Amino acid sequence: MKTLAREQKLQHLYWRAGFGIPFRNDQARSGIKSAVRELFKSSGQAAPLQVALPHTETTGQADAQNADMRQKRQRERQQGFVLLNNAWLTQMATSQAQLREKMTLFWHGHFACRLREPRFALLQHNTLRQHALGKFPDLLLAISKDPGMLQFLNNQQNRKQRPNENFARELLELFTLGRGHYTEQDIKEAARAFTGWSYNPQGEFVFRARQHDRGQKTFMGKRGNFNGEEILQMIVENPRTAEFLTSKLYAFFVSEVPNPERIKALSSYFYETGYDIPKLLEKIFTAKWFYGTDVVGSKIKSPIELLAGLQRQFDVRYTDSRSPLVLQRALGQELFRPTNVSGWAGGRNWIDSSTLAFRLRIGPALLQDAALEVNLKPDDDTEPTAPRKRRQDGLRTVRAKASLSGLHQQLQNVKDRELIEKLSQKLLQVPLQPETAALLTQHIPAGATHDDKVTLLTLRLLSLPEYQLC
Amino acid sequence: MRAMATNSRREFIKMSALASGMLLVPNFLHGLDRSGLPLLASSNGKRLVVVQLSGGNDGLNTVVPYQNDLYYKARPTLAIPSREVLTLEKGLGLNPAMEKMRLLYDQGYVSVLNSVGYPNPDRSHFRSMDIWHSASASDEYLSTGWLGRYLDSLPAANHAAIEVDDTLSLALKGAQYTGIAVQDVKRFFQATNDQFLKQAAQAHAEEHAHHQVDYLYKTLIETQQSAGYLQEKTKVYRSKKDYPNGEFARHLKTIAELIASGVESRVYYASLTGFDTHVRQAGQQASLLRELSEGLYSFVDDLKQQQEFDNTVIMVFSEFGRRVAQNASNGTDHGTANNLFLIGGKLKQAGIYNEAPNLQDLDQGDLRYSIDFRNIYATLLNNWLDGNATSIISGKTQLLTGLL
Repeated sequence: MKTLAREQKLQHLYWRAGFGIPFRNDQARSGIKSAVRELFKSSGQAAPLQVALPHTETTGQADAQNADMRQKRQRERQQGFVLLNNAWLTQMATSQAQLREKMTLFWHGHFACRLREPRFALLQHNTLRQHALGKFPDLLLAISKDPGMLQFLNNQQNRKQRPNENFARELLELFTLGRGHYTEQDIKEAARAFTGWSYNPQGEFVFRARQHDRGQKTFMGKRGNFNGEEILQMIVENPRTAEFLTSKLYAFFVSEVPNPERIKALSSYFYETGYDIPKLLEKIFTAKWFYGTDVVGSKIKSPIELLAGLQRQFDVRYTDSRSPLVLQRALGQELFRPTNVSGWAGGRNWIDSSTLAFRLRIGPALLQDAALEVNLKPDDDTEPTAPRKRRQDGLRTVRAKASLSGLHQQLQNVKDRELIEKLSQKLLQVPLQPETAALLTQHIPAGATHDDKVTLLTLRLLSLPEYQLC
Repeated sequence: MRAMATNSRREFIKMSALASGMLLVPNFLHGLDRSGLPLLASSNGKRLVVVQLSGGNDGLNTVVPYQNDLYYKARPTLAIPSREVLTLEKGLGLNPAMEKMRLLYDQGYVSVLNSVGYPNPDRSHFRSMDIWHSASASDEYLSTGWLGRYLDSLPAANHAAIEVDDTLSLALKGAQYTGIAVQDVKRFFQATNDQFLKQAAQAHAEEHAHHQVDYLYKTLIETQQSAGYLQEKTKVYRSKKDYPNGEFARHLKTIAELIASGVESRVYYASLTGFDTHVRQAGQQASLLRELSEGLYSFVDDLKQQQEFDNTVIMVFSEFGRRVAQNASNGTDHGTANNLFLIGGKLKQAGIYNEAPNLQDLDQGDLRYSIDFRNIYATLLNNWLDGNATSIISGKTQLLTGLL
């Protein structure tokens, strides 16, 4: 196996565990071991995401009947999601706690809820953030009692007389065991155990004892008067849950091509440590295979990785707060709006002819303050299409300011003949083919200043498919 | 253009072909597949045009049960008076804004399917659309679309489906093949015509050690080629038919031009948005339905003149219908089952296909479905597109008899 230079390894680590290395920093010349240590240290604290959402009063029945009031609420909710989206994306790009941001993104796609109320979305986000790097059983319990989750999967309607299985089903199928490792009867019995798990308008968990089914249940071969907590406990006691989670984490952090042997070893370790998430991640980030050429540069950046990465590397500042959202929706991944409860499919699902063409234009456009235009499909759940303005509704223009000064500085002493090699190593996670390098050489104007050369080459490199990989 | 670095004569020829605008025909839009058969011929030359009404069209005010008292009771201010309805049969009639649709109906080109839906319906626009696109059950999550899987199932590699839009719908995404989204052929061509990228893509024609790099370049080359191919193909033909104003009709016109230019795609996709009529529905829905039927009428007329209508079936659907009762804002809220139109020159059974929706036996104020939409998909796949529904639609499907 070819070994990578230390700098390449560090870049790889930071792309996978975070959103890349910003050029403005003079990156410490540390080794992998200490970089990994530093990564966990900077993500140790779980500071909540702070967003001042527009004040929405509880909507009474009378309000709901009033068309104008209804539209006003809708606008407020829409505005709330714009604020949430901007706040989180900016935090991904700027925060020191890179691993916590990345891990929160993972859990956001894992416990994927598409909520109506920005207030509940923020609450849920901070629950994920708080437990992102803890032990999975704690996270599972917290998210199962999260008002957004209870609402999204209809547990509010799960009552003793009329059980609603939605939460129980997704809990087993998508959150813990995975398809084929439980029976329909297990779902029914688990649903009974979660009856009465509810929330109040303030967004606090409430256990409604009168709606709870205290009767005997049979779950995964055991009998007892199980409550919700006990069901969750039994689920994490099943090693299959560790396998399921480890496979997903492997796909997210390492490669979409599963490696059964590695996953098996990792998942046993995860189980033995009581589902200690940082320990599992440390094992991955310090494994030799993590830096193998079959792993480095083998992932298609998710739209969020692409956008947060650009923002992190080039100080992108959008001139309109809706712009990041527009880009995300055009590319198929909008924060706080996962496709469905199974999350984003990822990998090659990100790519089709239009998303690829758009991806290749984004980097160069943002760096040149050029307008990017795209017609978006409507999202009637959050932004009902205005009938009369319908035709303009979909067309969005994105503009932003960005800076290359960090990159200019880092490359100021690099000689012309080494420029392409050095620059492509900084920007790309896969080696540039000699033919492409030759092509780039032809595109450097002879008389340009050193900085202009760096700029021109950067624009070209960001427009290459290779930049879409990490 | 600057001199190009080339490895071999072969590449040089490729690049000069690109430079001179003589574009190579892309594999997946190639008139000939690998076994040498024309693409459309393997579906007997037939094609499907899907028209999506986004937002949840109110079916009860589209195909109106104008002889049913329950309808008038449930909608004191929103019901369409029986004297205004464009009567069809079986006690049903069209919204007065749909005169052109009635003309199509009278010529035997339209089949109306009532009460189309699925078990445990979802009232979120996004999720319900997701279900319609992926053809999943409501508790099943698929990352590919039904038409995408149809593309995957075709024997020869790379066949095309075209959506007239900037972004591609899930319906057209398969595991191996995806459709292409083209809002405007010229703009699509310009957006993919970056010379540096074209050269980079050509330089990449050889295998790369990193399979993802290969995959992205392959997609890029296909996109560039199809943009060039469509540009070449549609350069000559311009529809002479008059279409109404508006984006939707323009999109249908684009489809007609692609068809008339000999582009051999089997599936086309277009959307009309704005049907989420919670408030003051009457005027808004009427103008949308007028836009829909006038657009479709011109489209059908255009295809007929090109002798292409008999090879075409148009399916018009929405992600859900609305509740039976109106709300307090002269609108309607999200409902469940809905009607769906099939339009074509060679329908076996035109007219009202099945019974009008039952307004007596409701599920908490909502219509119960009687036709699962996946059975319509299966019928289109098997009886129209020569596909194999069993491998494309999960779960048990039943073909609708006598329709296609």
